[in-house]
Formats: sequence, structure tokens, C-alpha cells
Amino acid sequence: MRLEGQVRIPSGCAIAAVISREGRKMSGELITNAMKPMHDRSNGLGGGFAGYGIYPEYKDFYALHMFFDSRESRKECEAFLKERFEIVKSENIPTRKTPAITDEPIIWRYFVTPLKSVLESMQLDEKEFVARTVMKINTGMKNSFVFSSGKNMGTFKAVGFPEDVSEFYRLEEYEGYCWTAHGRYPTNTPGWWGGAHPFTLLDWSIVHNGEISSYDANRRFIEMFGYKCTLKTDTEVITYIMDYLIRVKGLTLDEAANVVAAPFWSTIDSMEDEEEKKKQIFLRTLFPSLLVTGPFSIVLGFSGGLMALNDRLKLRSMVVGEKDDKVFIASEEAAIRTMEPNAENVWAPAGGEAVIVHVKDGCY
Amino acid sequence: MSIEFIYPEFEVIRNESRCIACRVCERQCANEVHSYDPERGIMVADESKCVNCHRCVALCPTRALKIVKSDCALRENANWPQSTINEIYKQASSGGVLLSSMGNPNPLPVYWDKILINASQVTNPSIDPLREPMETKVCLGKKKQEIRRDENGKLVCEMTPQLELSVPIMFSAMSYGSISYNAHASLARAATELGILYNTGEGGLHEDFYVYGANTIVQVASGRFGVHKDYLEAAAAVEIKMGQGAKPGIGGHLPGAKIVGDVSRTRMIPEGTDAISPAPHHDIYSIEDLRQLVYSLKEATEYKKPVIVKVAAVHNIAAIASGIARSGADIISIDGFRGGTGAAPTRIRNNVGIPIELALASVDQRLREEGIRDNVSLVVGGSIRSSADVVKAVALGADACYIGTAALIALGCHLCRTCHSGKCNWGIATQRPDLVKRLNPDIGSKRLINLVRAWQHEIKELMGGMGINSIEALRGNRLMLRGVGLNEKELQILGISHAGE
Repeated sequence: MRLEGQVRIPSGCAIAAVISREGRKMSGELITNAMKPMHDRSNGLGGGFAGYGIYPEYKDFYALHMFFDSRESRKECEAFLKERFEIVKSENIPTRKTPAITDEPIIWRYFVTPLKSVLESMQLDEKEFVARTVMKINTGMKNSFVFSSGKNMGTFKAVGFPEDVSEFYRLEEYEGYCWTAHGRYPTNTPGWWGGAHPFTLLDWSIVHNGEISSYDANRRFIEMFGYKCTLKTDTEVITYIMDYLIRVKGLTLDEAANVVAAPFWSTIDSMEDEEEKKKQIFLRTLFPSLLVTGPFSIVLGFSGGLMALNDRLKLRSMVVGEKDDKVFIASEEAAIRTMEPNAENVWAPAGGEAVIVHVKDGCY
Repeated sequence: MSIEFIYPEFEVIRNESRCIACRVCERQCANEVHSYDPERGIMVADESKCVNCHRCVALCPTRALKIVKSDCALRENANWPQSTINEIYKQASSGGVLLSSMGNPNPLPVYWDKILINASQVTNPSIDPLREPMETKVCLGKKKQEIRRDENGKLVCEMTPQLELSVPIMFSAMSYGSISYNAHASLARAATELGILYNTGEGGLHEDFYVYGANTIVQVASGRFGVHKDYLEAAAAVEIKMGQGAKPGIGGHLPGAKIVGDVSRTRMIPEGTDAISPAPHHDIYSIEDLRQLVYSLKEATEYKKPVIVKVAAVHNIAAIASGIARSGADIISIDGFRGGTGAAPTRIRNNVGIPIELALASVDQRLREEGIRDNVSLVVGGSIRSSADVVKAVALGADACYIGTAALIALGCHLCRTCHSGKCNWGIATQRPDLVKRLNPDIGSKRLINLVRAWQHEIKELMGGMGINSIEALRGNRLMLRGVGLNEKELQILGISHAGE
């Protein structure tokens, strides 16, 4: 059977997220509990979490989380990394044995900073350099895989149910101001850890529920700009789209949401605000190949905030709730109630309506 | 009889018990097949003149007529089919180049028919176009540009010129001269009503049709017929015609007999002269010359109109398209080897060029590999026969399709493939006033509108089935396609998997 990446595997899913606008830290246990009532939305073939603000002592370094097939592949990759980065810390990611999670690869993390001389000789800014290095490892080194590459954030994922994945990675020991989580229901059996979600690049992380029908149109377009879709998943391509629109093209989150879940032409035609209308026409005309169709609900995490977004027809469930400084997002309200029984203002955002939450400046 | 004698290709079968000798067939046939025999009181036929255009069949009030293929045949020979032998007889007799009309009719592969479309089941929902919005609008033009903001951080929403189409279909280039005034009127009016564009071809733009300028693409071809300032300014876009799928490598040819009255004035050449376009543009011998013409036309139209470069699908099409995409052109139009024509040398039409499906797939892939796909839009034609072909073309990577033959069929063309005779009984490929008036532009435009709207409905149904609600999300979406009965190489060029994979 062909592995994920060699073949496209559609999947249904559960997602959840929590963020504190004040930047208050929460342990990974909270988000883990949120996934429990949505157990049946996953089938044990993939679960994962992303935490922001979890590495305050190394916040100025890129945290590379990696899977290796063997000690040799780790040694080989480390040699490659040393040519490009200063590695300030290199260690096993702590795990605990649990019968629900088996066949784990070698799971490692490095805290690194790019070598100035290499950056200068390649004439690249730091983020572009890191992004390209991640692409290079993930496409060129068969037995090494970078699954997290941001600063002061990290992704933890495995083949298994989300709550078991959390136990395996000891997430209750981490504290972050923002967490996202994913439980996967793929329609095939990849049995590969890299295929689990969240999918990340730099400090972008995406958890996604859905199966987009625009996939190959989006993929073939975004691959023009140096991205390589090695996993053939929706989540991967949406992450690259967001990175391209926001980091490379310089769009705002709102504008990027307008590209990905564009308002219908008929809606644009009936807009009364001329400036808004002009902007929408501009964005749709310029980025038609980045329109994402078919069902999706996504939570895009980044340093200092997150954005939740549904496809424009709202073909996947997604609800949002609030309580004090916290905002909760999940596929089902039950997950929100697990995190905060007294959640307020629980609502279902409309299709294409971006929910953007920022942590107060200086609080993360 | 002599060795030149070729037994008529068709037989006119008249049901004598139905025929009332009303002589409609006689009046309708410009080829003078039918006549009345007053002595016997019956209609007779000279089938040697019949081109099988079905005009008489369609207009016979008692349905007394049918045209059938003659079964008078030479001894069967797989290597020497009768058509080949007849062509040798003709050439041995005349010493001339054989002429043909319309697209290549030979049984070469039609890849559209070996490609199947996907639909949603279970893991994502199909979308019902009767209940949900389903978008077929596309904008053609260059997309690649820097994002700029003003001092307040607001987006500067200026774009290079774009063509807006309500559905990704346009009427391809057919010149006034090769087709009639009424055919042009039908195309122009239909394009305007539909929110799409038609194309003048290289025959200039009749003054009556300037009012449809917003839905008109004007062509600049190697003969430069009919090109002047007002012509360029009247249009929504300007197309440089480098080649045509039916006859790659040679220019157009309109016989002097068709250059009469308004046709002559519109082309800006004397009546009765043959309008022979040079094979190349004599100011374009290479890609850097093309760039100069593109920018000359942009200067002339103040950078307000997209410039299209139309080329025939030939062997090296991917590299050619890559060159064009860097030449300043906004849109590349590619014409496949099955594209139609009013007249082309038979050998060229039947043997030169490649299928549009393969050309499109390799061009789209090449432009993506070079990171310049969003420099240009891609329009393909030759031949697009149905809404399914449109959907497959878009999924392979086209922004829009040109339809020519399909539009003419909607107007009444019965594909008899004798346009070059100028005696089109359906009033399309003729300049004879008595024949031209048979095509009523009120009805013609209505039929074109019906056709495109019907295709639009079908496109929406197919898209909805795939769970796609904007045609933009279908463009280049090759995972939505599978091949059947194609070999590895064909699949590789098309960039699709085989059915079952």
C-alpha cells in the first residue's frame, strides 16, 4: 500500500482551540480534555496538538521538531543542520509509554538559529531561509521529517487518538497561551506519523476539518513559489497558501481569508461600500487559484493569535465561545463546554467569516 | 467516361410517393443538385454536385428526401482507401493543391473522450447548483503583480487590464469574408447578451459592429487586413494571430470572389483581389520581435486592453508558450490541430499540428514549472465540442475555451466541409446575398445564447457534482480527471492518473 504523500488521502476530523487574549498560560491538559467528547470524530489514525508560548526559555530560537527513522538518518540530518544553523540545544522530546501509541519513530527537537554567514551568502531573510530548509529536508531526506519549525511554539502529533497522543507527549507538562488540537478520520490507513495534524511551517500551524475540492488547483498553483506538497493533504496546502499570502505577499489575515473563502461574485456586486467592493474584486481577480472550495473548518495558529475560518458555504461545523480573557473554538459545542462549562456568546460563524483573535501586545 | 471520373460521394434518395414537386429543394440548393423535369412532371437530381449539407433534407415539406453515402466503391484496401485514390485522380488531373474546409475529420485520437470527470461521494458533499450559488465567471489577463499599499496601509487596487467572462467560453476568430455579415451579427449580439466575447478574425470589423466593441476581440494577423486606429480602440482586447490550428505554418487565404462590397471595404483591399496573408508576420521572425508588436499594440491602446497571442499547437508548444508568457502578452490562445477553417490545404490540415489536449497539458505544466503561469491566462480551442470538453479543458489548466465549429453548428452549419466553395446553403460561409439572408441574426443570436446557456447549466452540474462552486477552483485541478485506455506516456503528458488509480 502506498503511504501518505504518494497518494492523496481525504479525511474527516475534529478540531479544537483555545487562546487567552491576556496571554495567560494554560496547560496542555485543557485542550486534551476538549478532544474527549469528540472521540468519535477521529478513528485513531492521527491526532495532534500545537502549543504557543511553550518554550519561553528558548523563545528566540527556531524549535525544530523532527521524526527520524533511524539513528543514522538523525546523524545525517544533524550534519546537514550544522552547515546551516547554530544548534543551541538538541534533545529527545520527552514521551511516556502508553499501550495506545506504538511504533514511534525517533522523536527529537533542536533549538536553532540560522548561521549569519549562510543567510548573507544566500541573500535570504531568516524566515524564508528556515522555510526553504524545512522544504529541503522534507522533500530531499527520505528518513527525516520536520513537523514543527516555529519560534516559542511546537507541534506534537502521532498515529492514535488525540487524548492518547497528549498522554504520550506529556502535554500536561507544557504551558501555552494558545493551543490547537486535531483528531483525524482519514479514509485510508497511512499509519505514518508525519501525516497527522497540525501541519506547520515556521510559526503557522493549521488544524483542519474537511476535504477540499479545490486541492489540486491550489497545490499546482502554490508549488510555483517553492512550496512542495509532500503530504498531499489539504492542511499542508492551506498552510502554504497562508504563508504565501501573508508572509510573502504581505496581505493581512482578513485579506487572506477573503482570498481563501472569497465572497461570491453576487455578494460583491451588491456591496454598497465602494472601497470594500473594489478590494474584494481586486483580491478575487488576483488570486483566483487560491480560492478554496469544498468543506473546511480551519484554525490557523500563529505567534500572538489565531484565526478560525469556514468554507464559504459552511459545509463543516465550527462553533466559537468566550469566557473572560479566553476564546474557544471547536467542531462541536460539547468540546467548548468541556473546557469552560460557563462559556458565553457561543455562536457559529458564517461561512467565509473569519474569526481573528489577537493576544494583547507584550503579553506573549 | 474517363479515368478522372469519380462516382458521386452521395446519393440523393427521393421518396416519389411523398414528393409533391414543390421545387423547394431546387430553390434552396446553391449547388444546383435538384431540378424539375417538366416532361415527366418529377424532380430529378444531379448528385455529383451534392455536398451533403442537408439543406434540402431539412426544408423538404413532405420529408421526401434523404442523402446517403454512395455504396459504389472500389475494391477495399486498407492501405489505399477510396478517398486517397480519389485525391490522386484529382491531383493528376488538375496539378493543384487540394483544399479542404473545417477541422481535421480523420480518426486520430480524441483525448477528451478518453478523460473522465470525478464526483463527490461521502467524504465531501456535492453541491446542488439549483439551490446554491455556482460561479462560472472568470477574468482573463495577467495576475502576477506586487501588492502595494498607500500611506494608510490600504491596498492599492490597480490591476493590469482583465477580460471578464460570465462563463469561460468565447467565440473564436472567424473573419467577416470567410463567414457572412449575418453570421457576424449573430456572434456579436450573442456575445454581448451572454457577457462573453467574440473575435473578428483577420477580416477587420464592419462599421455596424463597433457598437459591440466591449464584447469584441479584434485580430491583428500577418496580412494586417482591416487594422487601423479605430479598429484597435473599438475592441475589448487585441489578438495577434501567429497561427491557426487548421493550418499551422501558413497564412489565411480568402479568394477574390468573396472580397466584394463591404468585405473589401472592411479589409481595406480592392474588390476581387485575393486576400492572401503571409505565412509569417514579416515583422516577427523571432520572439523578441513578437515582444515589440505586443508593446506596439499596448502603446497604441494605452495599456488599457489585454493583448492575446494566438498560436497553433505544434510540437514545441510548451517552449513557445513560455516565450510568449515572457513577451508581455496577457493571454495565450492555443489552437489545436482539429480547429476549423474556411479553407486550408488538405495535407496541412490533416497532418500538421498536435491535439489541443496534449498541448494544453504540457503548456500549463511548463508555465507552472517555470513559475510564470500567472503571467498569462490560457485560452484553448480546436476543438471544444461540448460542456464536458470545457470542464476537462479547465481542469487540465485552461482559463477559458474558444468555440468556433460548435458556434457555427448552432447557427445551422451541417459540417459539409465545403466552405471554400462560397456556396453555403445555410447562409454562414458565403457572401452571396440570396444565401446570406437565409441566416436571420435574430434567430442566430438566440440559438448561440441558448447553446452557451445550456453549456453553462451543464458546467454547473458537473462542478456541483465535484463539490466545486467556483470554476476558479477547477482550473488546473487535474485530480478531478482520470484517463481511460491511455498509455503511461499519454497519462504523463496529460498529468492525470488512470481510472482506478
